[in-house]
Amino acid sequence: MVKLSLKVLQDTVVESQIWKSIFRHGYTMNRRNRLLAVTNNVFYHILPTKITKYGMRMRFHWGAGIITFYLFLVLTFTGVLLMFYYVPIVPRAYYDMKDLQHVVPFGNILRNVHRYGAHAMVFMVMVHMARTFYTASYKPPREFNWVVGVILLTLTFLLSFSGYLLPWDQLAIWAVTVGTNMARATPLLGHEGPFSNLIGMKINNDIRFALLGGTTVGSATLLRFYVLHCIAFPIALTALIAVHFWRVRRDGYSGDVQAKE
Amino acid sequence: MARAIGASAGAESITRRRLLSFVGWSSFATFFGGITVASLRFFFPRILYEPLQEFIAGRPEDYQVGEVSTRMLKEQRAWVVRNEQGIYTLIAICTHLGCTPIWHPTEDRIKCPCHGSVFLRDGQNIAGPAPQPLFRGVIALDLAGNIVVDKGRKENQPGKRDQPPFFLPLQA
Repeated sequence: MVKLSLKVLQDTVVESQIWKSIFRHGYTMNRRNRLLAVTNNVFYHILPTKITKYGMRMRFHWGAGIITFYLFLVLTFTGVLLMFYYVPIVPRAYYDMKDLQHVVPFGNILRNVHRYGAHAMVFMVMVHMARTFYTASYKPPREFNWVVGVILLTLTFLLSFSGYLLPWDQLAIWAVTVGTNMARATPLLGHEGPFSNLIGMKINNDIRFALLGGTTVGSATLLRFYVLHCIAFPIALTALIAVHFWRVRRDGYSGDVQAKE
Repeated sequence: MARAIGASAGAESITRRRLLSFVGWSSFATFFGGITVASLRFFFPRILYEPLQEFIAGRPEDYQVGEVSTRMLKEQRAWVVRNEQGIYTLIAICTHLGCTPIWHPTEDRIKCPCHGSVFLRDGQNIAGPAPQPLFRGVIALDLAGNIVVDKGRKENQPGKRDQPPFFLPLQA
């Protein structure tokens, strides 16, 4: 009988083709394996393979960007879970929200994490923007990444605005009424804005009409905002986050540069 | 034939390859351009499932001279106002950003709680951020003597709003 020691068993596993097809580097802590662990990993790609301890100091970056991204992941996860119990039609929306609070197991904490997480993400994204500004991390070669960041900020606000309507309570309906009534005053595109008559904008064909899916906040609006909130804006946000991260990787951490003398 | 039609670029003439390439890419652009235009048009529905704008507001006897009635406010979002000359409806949508203003009988003013716009009982905006007066709907009597209101057609300019169909003259 062959004595199966743990080492033999372990070696059989890690030398097998299946294991090697998944894990392309060894586990022992040497310089090569540490480098491969980062470069071979799609999620770790934000980090360079080597960075100085100085470059990662919290005093410089406050972790605001990574906190924002973490909050985005939390919102996506909680958001998908909420989707299992929410139907975006007028006879259901408010009552499904109430059911999530009182009937669904852990529904209340799920809804609260989503809602408060959204507030936190908006706050942190502004902290991140302020930090980037005050550390002058927008200067060349990082100017375009600042622009991408501004677009991300706009998308974050749009996600907040579209999500706000979904509970279909008084706050939601009136917030969207007021917001879209502001949209009708847009130059050219809104039917009450300057130059709107030049391209024949009326209440039923301007940008407010396209946003609401009608002339007032109603069932069409709820559905449109739901699709925008769950599908369109998150896809756009994800794509731009990828560009934003890639730019950081390409240009390096702005805090990793030793100040001259 | 290398010497083709449209060889206006001087020495260079259009080859078969260039023509076919142009046609190919044009069809690509037309296809995706068409999809883009269709996608934009997609967001503007042709039929709206919104509530009816016409409603019956009782009979003239139900309203006193000098009264601003809130009886149709909750259901139809409109006040019915009667004065010496006749009767009219004010649509209760603030012309600033769309909140529902509140009628204060003790102050004889309509005030919007959102941003502080103030209106008189004839709809005129006198304070706050509202840029124009409140709108009046079309008001008429039907054959049975009921008051019929249509919020779909609106008018708020002084003069026009005091004439039929936005004002219904009645004997006191």
